[in-house]
Amino acid sequence: MTTEIPPQPPLSPENAAIIQLTRKDFVSDQEVRWCPGCGDYSILAQTQKVMPDFGYPRENIVFISGIGCSGRLPYYMNTYGFHTIHGRAPTLATGLKAARPDLMVWVITGDGDALSIGGNHVIHSMRRNVDINLIMFNNRIYGLTKGQASPTSEFGKKTKSTPLGSVDTPIMPLTIALAAEASFVARSVDTHTEHLQGTLERAGRHKGSSFVEVLQNCNIFNDGAWRDFTDREVREDRMLVLEHGKPMIFGKDRDRGIRLRGLHPEVVTIGEDGVTEADLLVHDERAEDPYLALMLSRMFWPDFPVPVGVLRAVPRPTHDQLIEEQIATAIARSGEGDLARVLRGSETWTVE
Amino acid sequence: MTATIPELGPDIEELERVTIRFAGDSGDGMQLTGTQFTRTAAVFGNDISTLPDFPAEIRAPAGSLPGVSGFQISFSSNEIHTPGDRPDVLVAMNPAALKTNIGDLPAGGALIVNSDAFTQQNLNKAAYAANPLTDGSLSPYTVFEIPISTLNARALEDLGMTSKQVDLTKNFFALGLMFWLYERSMEPTIAWVDDKFGARPVVAEANKRALKAGYAFGETTEIFHTHYRVAPAHLPPGTYRNITGNEAAALGFLTASKLAARQLFYGSYPITPASDILHQLAGYKTFGVKTFQAEDEIAAIGASIGAAYGGALALTASSGPGIALKTEAMGLAVMVELPLVVIDVQRAGPSTGMPTKNEQADLLQVMFGRNSDSPLPVVAPATPGDCFGMAIEACRLALKYMTPVVYLSDAFLATGSEPWSVPDPSTLPDISVSNATDPATFRPYQRDPDTLARPWAVPGTKGLEHRIGGLEKADITGNVSYDPDNHHKMQLYRQAKIAGIATDIPPLDVYGPERGDLLILGWGSTYGAIRSAVERLQADGKAVSHAHLRHLNPFPANTEQVLRGFRRVLIPEVNLGQLLMLIRARYLIDAVGYDRVRGKPFTIAEIVSEAERLMGEDA
Repeated sequence: MTTEIPPQPPLSPENAAIIQLTRKDFVSDQEVRWCPGCGDYSILAQTQKVMPDFGYPRENIVFISGIGCSGRLPYYMNTYGFHTIHGRAPTLATGLKAARPDLMVWVITGDGDALSIGGNHVIHSMRRNVDINLIMFNNRIYGLTKGQASPTSEFGKKTKSTPLGSVDTPIMPLTIALAAEASFVARSVDTHTEHLQGTLERAGRHKGSSFVEVLQNCNIFNDGAWRDFTDREVREDRMLVLEHGKPMIFGKDRDRGIRLRGLHPEVVTIGEDGVTEADLLVHDERAEDPYLALMLSRMFWPDFPVPVGVLRAVPRPTHDQLIEEQIATAIARSGEGDLARVLRGSETWTVE
Repeated sequence: MTATIPELGPDIEELERVTIRFAGDSGDGMQLTGTQFTRTAAVFGNDISTLPDFPAEIRAPAGSLPGVSGFQISFSSNEIHTPGDRPDVLVAMNPAALKTNIGDLPAGGALIVNSDAFTQQNLNKAAYAANPLTDGSLSPYTVFEIPISTLNARALEDLGMTSKQVDLTKNFFALGLMFWLYERSMEPTIAWVDDKFGARPVVAEANKRALKAGYAFGETTEIFHTHYRVAPAHLPPGTYRNITGNEAAALGFLTASKLAARQLFYGSYPITPASDILHQLAGYKTFGVKTFQAEDEIAAIGASIGAAYGGALALTASSGPGIALKTEAMGLAVMVELPLVVIDVQRAGPSTGMPTKNEQADLLQVMFGRNSDSPLPVVAPATPGDCFGMAIEACRLALKYMTPVVYLSDAFLATGSEPWSVPDPSTLPDISVSNATDPATFRPYQRDPDTLARPWAVPGTKGLEHRIGGLEKADITGNVSYDPDNHHKMQLYRQAKIAGIATDIPPLDVYGPERGDLLILGWGSTYGAIRSAVERLQADGKAVSHAHLRHLNPFPANTEQVLRGFRRVLIPEVNLGQLLMLIRARYLIDAVGYDRVRGKPFTIAEIVSEAERLMGEDA
């Protein structure tokens, strides 16, 4: 097992100069208008930071968003951008990428946008393996509409729309992405800037659908959304940083791990009851079957440490590639279409 | 003019026009039978017009009344505009088909029935208390009882097929009989059979034998004393083919992509009666056409807007219920001012309604069915062949004015057919537009002074990186803006851009004198019935003219002037007065409506009698 990151797409000579771009080149002239202290600032900053690394000219990058606080992000990126309608960003991205395979397309969305109103489109863009990088800001609340329960809000959560507590069971976003056959599935945290940067970079380099859940704080309507396990003091004990080919170890003292017991994961302590590192699960993001990734997607605090990093990254032909191949095959077989011939159809007659 | 079959005499009789209706169980292959007769008549050179009429159920219970499927074809040695008000000949393959169609057959009309199908069980299914073949109820008609199933089975008996397989070919026996009766060649159908069933020689042989047996039956039995000839029509010179509205639309959009020199992208979700356009375009891979069957109607239009943003000529298609779902995204296309054609092949509603039946009741939906003031152009073809030109026109307007355009067809146009003069693509006009490329002058909402269109800057263009979206944009810069005066200005711009198209479309043409007692104003598929009715009324010496709107938003610049040339304006519509409402509101003209919403096209007679009634009021 190796941990190497798949190679970057080759640069054309013309594009080689782009390496010189910096974060500043990706900052637009628009004033950022999120609430002070919002987790979105960090996500924007990390996104701008990783952009120069992909080797795409700025004009070949497009950010497409839906509605919600996250939807504003394209305005702040000095690339092409399209702020669309609620839940539908993946559909526009699908059409754009099908028409223009040369572009690098990012979809910026939130938990309400992606999993409530746009759930259908997320599922179908993933199963088609549309070559997009979908970044879902998950703050477990509707922020732009000022504080209603979202599809990832906890059961029993009290909000403006659920004064006695939500009666809806929350959705597990990564499980949905895996069930929809996403070829790249990852999770990171707004405040874990280095990890977030690395995760965005991996997503951007993956050919095919990348689904990245970013745990994000809404300090106005849902402050401390993920504090229980993301805070600096507790994160090492309550989160599991996944690394391909490495045993699943966590904890300040690196002495705790995940072991498989029957069909279930369990938390064990190395050195207790004869447990050694060799007993622990080893992460394999490239496993062809999704069982390990699905298991990780179900693990959550307080029963388990929350896994972050890449759960799954497998190669699969992309939607735009398959479309282009069908066209190329048809032309290779029958030649380019002849309009006059198609207009005549199979049977004609002539009136003198 | 509809000619009825004259007294039966010896030999051959010359007729000007004949209308045949094939009716049977939906499993009896009536659509195929009708289509084969149509192809043969078209290739022979008749003018033709067809009306398929089939149930939404793929296979309703066999022999039941809801399961009846029909196909009417009118063919003529003169120019015709409709599939005929009433058939001259009705071919009924079972009692249910007889029961649901006999009401349309005029007294003296020819009725051909498959007498084998008139069993007690089938009579019960059709709710016949007594056998109509024996109770005298068919006495007004010229009835030909033919044991089609038996005769056909005999012709196929040594092929080793099951009785069920044999029964599936009896429609070709009926077709062969009709070919003999109207002096048609079997060759086009035989060629079709060979092509279709080449890999299954027994099936091919069975269909050919059934066809020939029907033909031979007509030739050798005494049952028909004569057969009939309908000479080729005197159509303008040219190369013709038979075409349905959906076929013409698909070809029109393909042609438009060539004329615009842009990739064609078609996002669609299956829905009757629009799906055939998707099927056809999906076959044009060698033209680089990209079709996308989306997960729902919203994704279909979303993908198309995305493709348009990327520089493609993008289309999305649906019928009324699907258009309702696309509504929000249509508003987005209005706001971001990207070119897009939204195809609405209308059907009877509201809600699911009658999916295979005709109606033209989505006009107000596409005009106003969006939040806020959200204007967009609406075009409507008038005949199946006209769908080609109006498809190109919809694309031309979308590209030139950077706007979504609605192309409003309907079930009758989509599935009906007529001869179509095949155009030479090299003679068609260039509709291409340029993308913005110059970073020095590019401003996302800087409008063209003539068209008020904003520039089209596609991703990949260096130096033109910019952001668009559904939020209101500042004039010129395109930055997000909540400024009250800016919003007012942008609303006026959007309105003025669409209104200005009125001077860029052909004026409203009047068939007949430009002044008179009555103008019959129509739109969409009512064209044929109105034109035929006006021809009859004019032949009767009435001061009646016909005008037909192909552009419904904006109206042609001379519309008011045309309407004011007449004492009365009558607007027949297959809805409850939608164009009527627009005309009255726009021009304060006291037009009157004539509405028939029966899931069927107007008959000529209905319009003639309504026009006469209206003129009688004034007399």
